[in-house]
Amino acid sequence: MTILRLAIRNLRGAGIRTWLNAIALSFAFVVIIFGQGLLQGMNKQAEDASTAYEFGGGQYWHPGYDPYDPLTLDSARGPVPGEVRALVESGRAAAVLVVQGSIYPQGRLKPVLIKGIEPNQRVLRLPTARLADTTEELPVMIGARTARSTGLGIGDYVTVQWRDAQGAFDARDGRVVEIMETSVGTVDVGQVWVPLDRLQALAGMPGQATVVTVAKGTRAPDVAGWEFRSLAFLTADLRQMVQAKSTGQSIMFLVLFLLAMLAIFDTQVLSVFRRRREIGLLIALGMTRIRVIVLFTLEGALHSVLAAALGAVYGAPFFYYLTRNGFAVPGGDTWGYALGDKLYPTFTAGLILGTTVLVFVVTAFVSWLPARRIARLKPTDALSGRAT
Amino acid sequence: MNDDVVIRTQNLVKKYPMGRTELIALKNVNLEFRRGEFAGLVGPSGSGKTTLLNIIGSLDTPTSGSAQVLGERVEALSHRKAADLRSRHIGFIFQTFNLLPVYSAFENVEFPLLLVNMSAADRRKRVMDALEWVGLADRAGSKPTQLSGGESQRVAIARAVVKRPEIVLADEPTANLDADNSHKILRTMVELNRNLNTTFIFSTHDEKVIRYLRRKISLVDGAVAADVPQTPEVDSR
Repeated sequence: MTILRLAIRNLRGAGIRTWLNAIALSFAFVVIIFGQGLLQGMNKQAEDASTAYEFGGGQYWHPGYDPYDPLTLDSARGPVPGEVRALVESGRAAAVLVVQGSIYPQGRLKPVLIKGIEPNQRVLRLPTARLADTTEELPVMIGARTARSTGLGIGDYVTVQWRDAQGAFDARDGRVVEIMETSVGTVDVGQVWVPLDRLQALAGMPGQATVVTVAKGTRAPDVAGWEFRSLAFLTADLRQMVQAKSTGQSIMFLVLFLLAMLAIFDTQVLSVFRRRREIGLLIALGMTRIRVIVLFTLEGALHSVLAAALGAVYGAPFFYYLTRNGFAVPGGDTWGYALGDKLYPTFTAGLILGTTVLVFVVTAFVSWLPARRIARLKPTDALSGRAT
Repeated sequence: MNDDVVIRTQNLVKKYPMGRTELIALKNVNLEFRRGEFAGLVGPSGSGKTTLLNIIGSLDTPTSGSAQVLGERVEALSHRKAADLRSRHIGFIFQTFNLLPVYSAFENVEFPLLLVNMSAADRRKRVMDALEWVGLADRAGSKPTQLSGGESQRVAIARAVVKRPEIVLADEPTANLDADNSHKILRTMVELNRNLNTTFIFSTHDEKVIRYLRRKISLVDGAVAADVPQTPEVDSR
């Protein structure tokens, strides 16, 4: 306690020098937390959107289904197993049949995946109810990106072509009844959504599906043949993409952090040099060298506590504003994952506490490095201002 | 060690390496100091006064021989034990005052008491008593930059005696003071020596200081040339 009190006294006495260091370190604090919060927010936002629009609480895949191999799609469908069908019938799962096909907007051919989904499902946030609310023979729902790339709008007719279960080409004119706005490109780009029973009938695949998405929180029983893919599995790519982006940012943070640490190190080196007489005096008055080293280390480390307090003063309102109002991400669609127009950073207690502890520990270490010299200082030399 | 003897040096030798040769700072110094003495090590620069004080204060160790301070052999003390000896039993007064610049006079005087874990109330009383002794109770809140040289040295004296040490070592305490302030300081120390029965040992070549001493030890080239009691010209008792 005595040493802490002395360290605080010395910091107070150092005046502007203390505050300049604390301000520099607080910038590093705020920027690191901001950057990490941005990444966490990006991750959470993308994961939440993907969960809501595509993955639900996990998916059962037909054993032949491989989303990265379109050539296998023709054989990646089959009757939904009984236990899974029970989940679908109780509204806790939604079956999706995926069929390769093409559409011909304005006479141009565009390859698409035709996805059949139960219009009344509530497992995914897709506005599929509009597919039920029509008398059209083949109502079609597309995403906003597909609408933009094809020039299709609500009410437009478009020819939809597919190969049926026997391999024969078939086609109908579908009418666009809904254009959905979603940040999840993987349920939008190159896809058309139609009612499941209509697709099953037209393609000659009654009762069949490719994937079955279960609602969040639903326990997924083991089913012979169909494999259950957990949410962790389904979002692994997403996390890897965020991780890849975070590596670049981490380098920037590291440089910033090192600069702040350099300021602390520099101050400590100067401090040990300039305060040799004081060090000699402290030893003469009865402090052990170890206690003097602890005092100087603590003085340095306390800069991080001051920096945290300062950072909280201007960082907390800034972070609060960002979490409420978001952060505009121009061209967020093009980043490769579901971001939308605005990014909402996430500042968790763990992030703030972890960063604070990290900065404190590193600052203490950086402060200790020059303070170690005190152990080699002869008190008689120190008292006369000589370096040993 | 006789109860009254607080310091005893036997064949004390201190050598410093100087390139390929050695500088002999102390040569076979044999001295005893009793409780309550007001003694001075007198001699020109380089005669070994400060070296001897540093060894007695356990800030340095002898090359050979022995220095016993309050029954502890300085040369055998660990860093920790030496620090303990200094923090409880020895007070230092330096030529350049050596006050901690960011502390007030009160905090400077309080500092040695923080190292011996004393309660805040006791600390406050002791500090105010010490400042009272040196006549600076009204300057307790002043920073060293706001004090004159004489006042700074009086704060340093208060810091040296606040823990009521058995021994106070004063290294050229008047070297940076004018005559008037020197006499004030010396009178203060004489008073404290009388009231607290503290052993004061000075290192000095200042005639003003020498006139206050009751024992004068002359050092020449690291050896004791004379060790004589004297009646202070300025009555110190």
